[in-house]
Amino acid sequence: MEAGVPTLSASRSALAGAREVAPVLLGIIPFGLVAGVVVVEAGLGLPEAVGFSTIVFAGAAQIAAIDLLGSGSPAWVAILTAIVINLRMMMYSASLVVPMAGESRARRLAVAYVLTDQPYALSVARYANPDRPAVDRWWFYVGVGYSLWLVWQICTVLGVLVGASVPDAVPLGFGVPLAFLALLVPSVTDRPTLAAAVVGAGVAVVAAPLPANAGMLVGAVSGVTAGALLARRRRITGPVGR
Amino acid sequence: MSPITTAWIVIVVSGIATFSIRSSFLLFADRFGEVSADTREVLRMIPAAALAALVAPAILRVDGQLQVFGPRPIAGAIALAVAYVTRSILWTIVVGILAVIGLEFVLP
Repeated sequence: MEAGVPTLSASRSALAGAREVAPVLLGIIPFGLVAGVVVVEAGLGLPEAVGFSTIVFAGAAQIAAIDLLGSGSPAWVAILTAIVINLRMMMYSASLVVPMAGESRARRLAVAYVLTDQPYALSVARYANPDRPAVDRWWFYVGVGYSLWLVWQICTVLGVLVGASVPDAVPLGFGVPLAFLALLVPSVTDRPTLAAAVVGAGVAVVAAPLPANAGMLVGAVSGVTAGALLARRRRITGPVGR
Repeated sequence: MSPITTAWIVIVVSGIATFSIRSSFLLFADRFGEVSADTREVLRMIPAAALAALVAPAILRVDGQLQVFGPRPIAGAIALAVAYVTRSILWTIVVGILAVIGLEFVLP
């Protein structure tokens, strides 16, 4: 810590985090509602919805797993799909090692529990920003992550209630791929990720008849391979390739 | 095994696995060492590939058949445009569902 640069207090840092994530939370609401609706569509109930949202706490993975269970997939398929989708969080964990280096194990566990895209991205951005007042890193992250956690829990429960009361004629289930589509678009940022998406989509469609949701997993692996190979070639040949 | 039991098995196992992933480096940084550029790139590709692999069959395959000009694929294309322009999950879902309801009326 540089001498003479005041760091915000714990409560101020936490509030700063909550404020930083507030606009994102608006976008999380429909996503959380879908996570609740999909539980009802799969023939499960409120306890399962709460179980997923508190024990797994990972939007895309929850929704995909529940959707698979609803289509009759065996447990291991849903589990494997959820794990593949959540593997990216390993990167987030690695990137927070330095910012959280001085913290106790209990505090690092608290960080890990709510570690997902927004708490990671917003916190890392704030820590690196010299133009804003310095925050207590752990408290800022707690402000971001646990605000998100709270909104997620509330919206999942609301989604279950909504899903149970909307008439069957309304295809709310179609909201699931739509929610994923809304997440897919910002994840494609360059040619390698575009290649990953196109190959992933193509292979998954072709391989869809495979049992045990293998089509999706084969598609995901193919997409990751295609993207990673393209990224590697660009790293080796330089950004101005052929 | 009842669906509820299956669901809880998925919840607990996925939960443990996910928490392990999340705490991997945070708890064991010294034992993991640095993440190589290759590993980083592979991890970076996962959201795009996994999400696309989830979306495409759900929109392009109806009852096991490949379909490109039906209500769902077209509604999906509209939703993709909305997602690209607005970056809003809410609008993507609302427009997409309205589109699929409308198109199912119009198309046979």
